[in-house]
Amino acid sequence: MSQMSYQEETIVESFTGGRLPPDDVVVAALRAGDEAMFATLLDTWSRGMLWLARTHVSTNDSAEEIVQDTWLAVVRGIGGFEGRSSVKTWVYRILVNTAKKRGMRENRTVPWSSVFEQERPTVDRSRFQGVDDPLPGHWKELPAAWPTPEGEVLAAEVRGRIAAALAELPPRQRAVITLRDVEGCTSEEVCEILEISAANQRVLLHRARASVRGQLEDYFETARRSA
Amino acid sequence: MKRFTCDEVVELVTVYMEGELDGPTGYRFEEHLGGCEGCERYLGQLRTTVATLGDLRPDGLADDTREGLLSAFRDWRRP
Repeated sequence: MSQMSYQEETIVESFTGGRLPPDDVVVAALRAGDEAMFATLLDTWSRGMLWLARTHVSTNDSAEEIVQDTWLAVVRGIGGFEGRSSVKTWVYRILVNTAKKRGMRENRTVPWSSVFEQERPTVDRSRFQGVDDPLPGHWKELPAAWPTPEGEVLAAEVRGRIAAALAELPPRQRAVITLRDVEGCTSEEVCEILEISAANQRVLLHRARASVRGQLEDYFETARRSA
Repeated sequence: MKRFTCDEVVELVTVYMEGELDGPTGYRFEEHLGGCEGCERYLGQLRTTVATLGDLRPDGLADDTREGLLSAFRDWRRP
């Protein structure tokens, strides 16, 4: 299983940090039966795939089966892969189609496309000054500072809180923010995978991020009060 | 040119972070940020949120599922 040549080992090592080699290298390796490459793809993408699958069905077990079926379809289909999209997009498209079919068969789908994303503000209007105040539209009180420098990753405890906030998002928002911010897909990839427009992608991402930030704000506020 | 208010800025942050604000609008946006501690903080908190999301390690496949797939790969690719 791990009888890799020195060169193969070097290639694998070079992308274990989340970076995969170019698509043509990946496809050639899979077609040649390179199990190390397949394992790397499994380990790199399956987490995000599980999360995305979970937005279509109601249980973790169903999501796991969807991801399993997707990888089996990838193995069967890699010989015919034509490179019209990236490998990642192709794999995720198979996932979405598998998940939709599975969701319909179970008749337990989470509502996916039915909800229209309303154009309501993401930050409560009561946080801003009204027309009779000195500076209408400006913060009444500044958002409280968080106990962490800007742009830094938060501690493990807070990550748990974020995971919970994600789980509460409407499915479409959850799918977009998971793909973009957890999995690191580009906006173009997300549009292709979910078959949504760039504008729609942006609105869903905007709402999702604002909502997760709001949950963290509540969390820090509660922590501050009880301190 | 009209200045942005904070309630407008918070709805533009995603477009801004995506690098999709056109030049003049981007300039007005940054001009507001430069003079507004609240919005600068809001943007920083969003960046923290995004950075932390990127650091989440959700559970992967169950070990037996993973092993089953590797075995299926062997069978398919090396009949």
